[in-house]
Amino acid sequence: MEIKVLFTILISTIFINNYVLYQILGLCPFLGVSKKLDSALGMGLAVIFVMTLASFITYLVYKYILVPYDITYLRTIFFILVIAALVQLVEMIIEKTSPGLYQALGIFLPLITTNCAVLGVAVLNINSGFIDAEMGLLKSVIQGFGGGVGFTLALLLMAGIRERLELAEIPENLKGLPITFIIAGIMALAFLGFSGMKI
Amino acid sequence: MTDIKETQGLILSNAPHIKTGDSVQKIMWLVVASLVPAAAFGVYTFGLHALVLIAASIISAVAAEALYQALLKKKISVIDGSAVITGLLIGMNVPPTAPAWMVVIGSFFGIIIVKQVFGGLGFNIFNPALGARAFMMASWPVYMTTGWVPFSGSNVLAGGVQNAAGLPQQAFDAITQATPLGALKEGPKILQEMNIGIGQLHDFLFSSSMIKSLFIGNIGGVIGETSALFLLIGGIFLLARRIITWHIPVSFIGTVGILAFAYYSAAGLSCPWMAVLFHLLSGGLMLGAFFMATDMVTSPVSAAGMVIFGVGCGAITFIIRIWGGYPEGVSYSILLMNAATPLIDRFTKPRVFGVK
Repeated sequence: MEIKVLFTILISTIFINNYVLYQILGLCPFLGVSKKLDSALGMGLAVIFVMTLASFITYLVYKYILVPYDITYLRTIFFILVIAALVQLVEMIIEKTSPGLYQALGIFLPLITTNCAVLGVAVLNINSGFIDAEMGLLKSVIQGFGGGVGFTLALLLMAGIRERLELAEIPENLKGLPITFIIAGIMALAFLGFSGMKI
Repeated sequence: MTDIKETQGLILSNAPHIKTGDSVQKIMWLVVASLVPAAAFGVYTFGLHALVLIAASIISAVAAEALYQALLKKKISVIDGSAVITGLLIGMNVPPTAPAWMVVIGSFFGIIIVKQVFGGLGFNIFNPALGARAFMMASWPVYMTTGWVPFSGSNVLAGGVQNAAGLPQQAFDAITQATPLGALKEGPKILQEMNIGIGQLHDFLFSSSMIKSLFIGNIGGVIGETSALFLLIGGIFLLARRIITWHIPVSFIGTVGILAFAYYSAAGLSCPWMAVLFHLLSGGLMLGAFFMATDMVTSPVSAAGMVIFGVGCGAITFIIRIWGGYPEGVSYSILLMNAATPLIDRFTKPRVFGVK
């Protein structure tokens, strides 16, 4: 039963409530780093990593610091500080211990520490009621991981499309960002097909 | 070797040397011709308003393309027929009682936003007709999901759908108001209020008279999707003329069939084959698999890519049909796979001859 619930959370965050195309979060990296497939993949991996980590740490911070001291109204500022500090620390550790991974993720990590999708997943974990739920920590981490995978999926699709459009005869004033917004809109229309899905 | 002259009847030029004589224009008009039987059947079953809708969508699609190209001082290319196909497909993709202004706005959206701003024919990423349909579904969901013509009438070749499963008249009327797939999705809830089990719903939907009606087209649905028979005739014509290849239709329809068989076998249905036939013949599967998924511009190039594309379409369609919020998922599945087409092309690039 629990496995099924976790699977539902994973599928739902990847497809049904996709952070970019359904909840419209994290648009800056989605529009900014989708020009080339290689950098999109690096960005996607970094987002999966940070979202999973942020879900884990903010759950603990919320449950064992904010709730006992009754300061939950500080959660936004707390989450930003904790996520940013943690990611910086992890970045330094990765740089020292694993140069290969640092090459892949390195430049993207500082970019997304305060990204709204990362903060969004932390806040949504709280709003989903995972704090008091059974196995809440695991559910939060799964939701964070799924959110990152969904983001990566949208980013890779967008990068593929934009690489193909490099030679297209797009009107001058629509080149670059405007056409990307139009593509994002049509992709969001397509992802509406998953809305209302019950697993 | 140097003294080969043109007088000997030899012309030296670069490849290709053998040409088929096909042009964009010829292919497009053949696709239009292959869609005509199903569209004509839709007009026959649903009446004059269906013809008005199809005409309105074709005219507005052509007008949108001509207007855009004139305003941007491009070469006006509406004669190539691609806008006619888009308009025809948009008209065939709305319920028979939809308002005409809606398909006009839909056509303008499809032609200008989904096709022309990307650079026109050959550059569009998404199928314009399906983009227009998704746009209309999001903007006017009531017009797009209601207003079906009930499928109990006996106005076509097949007799009326018989109430073979012995449902009470009230229940029968309630579930035959919508499309067959709508009945599959909403039926359990409607029948539960009347204390009727889901088994009887399955007996009714997967009965042989139902399958017969689906095959010929005596059912509710959007204008162009009802008759599997006429769509198959058009599809086989396209296959015979080699305008489309078998990869996408076969893998698309086959995936839906295999998944339906697996699902209903696991659900313990005594005769899953009828359920498979129901899923293959109902909804927009035939229309989508033969005429919209096979769009040359928005589908992968290589054979392996096409099979991946078709399997993806089939899987998403079946998932939306069974678990999704909408009764039918063909149009969304093709749009989603359109988005994945550049990636599929990239990873199924054929090996260059002579290179490891």
